[in-house]
Amino acid sequence: MSTTVKLALYQLAHSRAGDKGNTSNISVIAWDAECYALLVEQMTEARVAQWFGYRHPKNVARYLLPKLEAMNFVLEGILDGGVNDALNLDTHGKGLSFWMLDMPIDVPQALAARLAVKEYV
Amino acid sequence: MSKTKTDKPLYVGCATGFSGDRTDGAGPVVDTLIALGGGVLNFETLAERTLALAQIEKRKNPQMGYEPLLDDLVGPVLQRCLEHNIQIVSNFGAANPQAAAQRIFALARMQGLRVPRIAVVHGDDLTQPEQLKFLLKKLGTDIDPSRVVSANAYIGAVEIAQALNDGADVVVTGRVSDPSLTLGPAIAHFGWAMDDWHKMGCGTMAGHMLECGTQVSGGYYCVPGQKPVPDMHRIGFPIAEIRADGSFSVFKADNTGGRVDDRTGREQILYEVHDPAKYLTPDVTADITQVTIASEGADRIRIDGVTGHTRPAELKVNVCYDNGYLAEAEISYAGFQARERAALAGETVRKRIGHLLPLRIDLIGAISIFGDDAGELIRQGLPESRDVRLRVAGVHLQKEIAEKILRDVTSLYCCGPAGGGGVRTSLRPRLDTLSCTIPREAVPCGYSFAQEQLP
Repeated sequence: MSTTVKLALYQLAHSRAGDKGNTSNISVIAWDAECYALLVEQMTEARVAQWFGYRHPKNVARYLLPKLEAMNFVLEGILDGGVNDALNLDTHGKGLSFWMLDMPIDVPQALAARLAVKEYV
Repeated sequence: MSKTKTDKPLYVGCATGFSGDRTDGAGPVVDTLIALGGGVLNFETLAERTLALAQIEKRKNPQMGYEPLLDDLVGPVLQRCLEHNIQIVSNFGAANPQAAAQRIFALARMQGLRVPRIAVVHGDDLTQPEQLKFLLKKLGTDIDPSRVVSANAYIGAVEIAQALNDGADVVVTGRVSDPSLTLGPAIAHFGWAMDDWHKMGCGTMAGHMLECGTQVSGGYYCVPGQKPVPDMHRIGFPIAEIRADGSFSVFKADNTGGRVDDRTGREQILYEVHDPAKYLTPDVTADITQVTIASEGADRIRIDGVTGHTRPAELKVNVCYDNGYLAEAEISYAGFQARERAALAGETVRKRIGHLLPLRIDLIGAISIFGDDAGELIRQGLPESRDVRLRVAGVHLQKEIAEKILRDVTSLYCCGPAGGGGVRTSLRPRLDTLSCTIPREAVPCGYSFAQEQLP
């Protein structure tokens, strides 16, 4: 039985959120190829839709960019209306990349040991 | 007066990423461009709602309605740009590009400079009555045309390129697609054909990397202890070196803070992108599915593998309209049971006025940014917090109903839970947006050289 530990996504990737209307796009950029492979396997559209479930996304699409070791998630209808229409504070949803970065990922112990948070200079 | 085409690289710097960005970024960019032998200076200043706010200013004063910080942006660098073959290309014309052009004439006059050749791009504004009628029908809305504040098409790079070919020192636009501010100069410089989709894609993505200012050069990137960025207080704005084959590199102004590497580059190239095979602009359908980003030396990256496909048939239009009043009010609770007291204060307001209008309730310091309008996340449980600020927000067409939010939060001073303090309230006109696409033929665009109107 292979042993894994749960790590937050921010230990495997970095992220930035952008907005157009009521749709948010959230990039997930792996720190390396091994992290990328793991994230492609675990961060399915269904899993991300569930993670943002309390915001009731109308659709979640995932686009893979293997040459950048990155994914782009497009979440429709999660911005409470969008930049001009929402009542929330962060109408752009700029902070939502940090909600994504808290997602737990199952990581093999050997990789986890290597990923203890460090500065990526 | 067409310029000679060249295979030498084109340098384009961008000194703002939005209206409200730092205004001291242009100096180091211009100095770097001078050292490189000239180039183009972009200022990107038009976010989605900026144009509507500019229209409101223009209504109050027909001489206003352009970027309010224009003097601070252009004033300090106009002389160096005019003397060193650096063309300024910007959407800082906002709702009134002609007035912006007159202001730049005045700045040149005040500084004793030669009279600049200023081109003004027109066609994006669609607020003529017959245009509005067409747009509202297309949008399928029954809002009264009198409530429309702004209606603008996102137009492309063609007019910018033509104006530069005809010798413009400055090109002032209203709403254009942000990357077109960079693509236009590249078309003029290299003589690229407008249906060379590969090159259109490349120039567009170079513009995309620049359009948010420092977001590619270390801004909006730093996480202390994980993703360090040096000297954020003097972060450098970006410059692209665009080559004749369409490949390009991005670096930052000399002698500045910040960071440009394959990490900052990856975050920015995906920013506000949906399907990476179809990044839609008026000029092209750009495709970054095969893109690579590699560091090439300190604070410099090289981008390859961009391409493009046929441009979209229609242009995107944003219509902004008056939609009542946005009321926001806040009060803070700290110490023992702060979270519970703030939550009770919110429920108290909801019981009093929740039947009059939908309320958004945030508990800043516990759950606010991650929260949702329906309060689902808050109901899943609140984290411990001893310093919580209640925020109540709502919108209503009638001012006196919206104002009830301000009054009821203020009354929590006496009538609410123990120890509430620091009430702040604001009431602002609310602007909402509708979007659609329309045929290009419905958006006749062009440009003309502005004539200086002496006072």
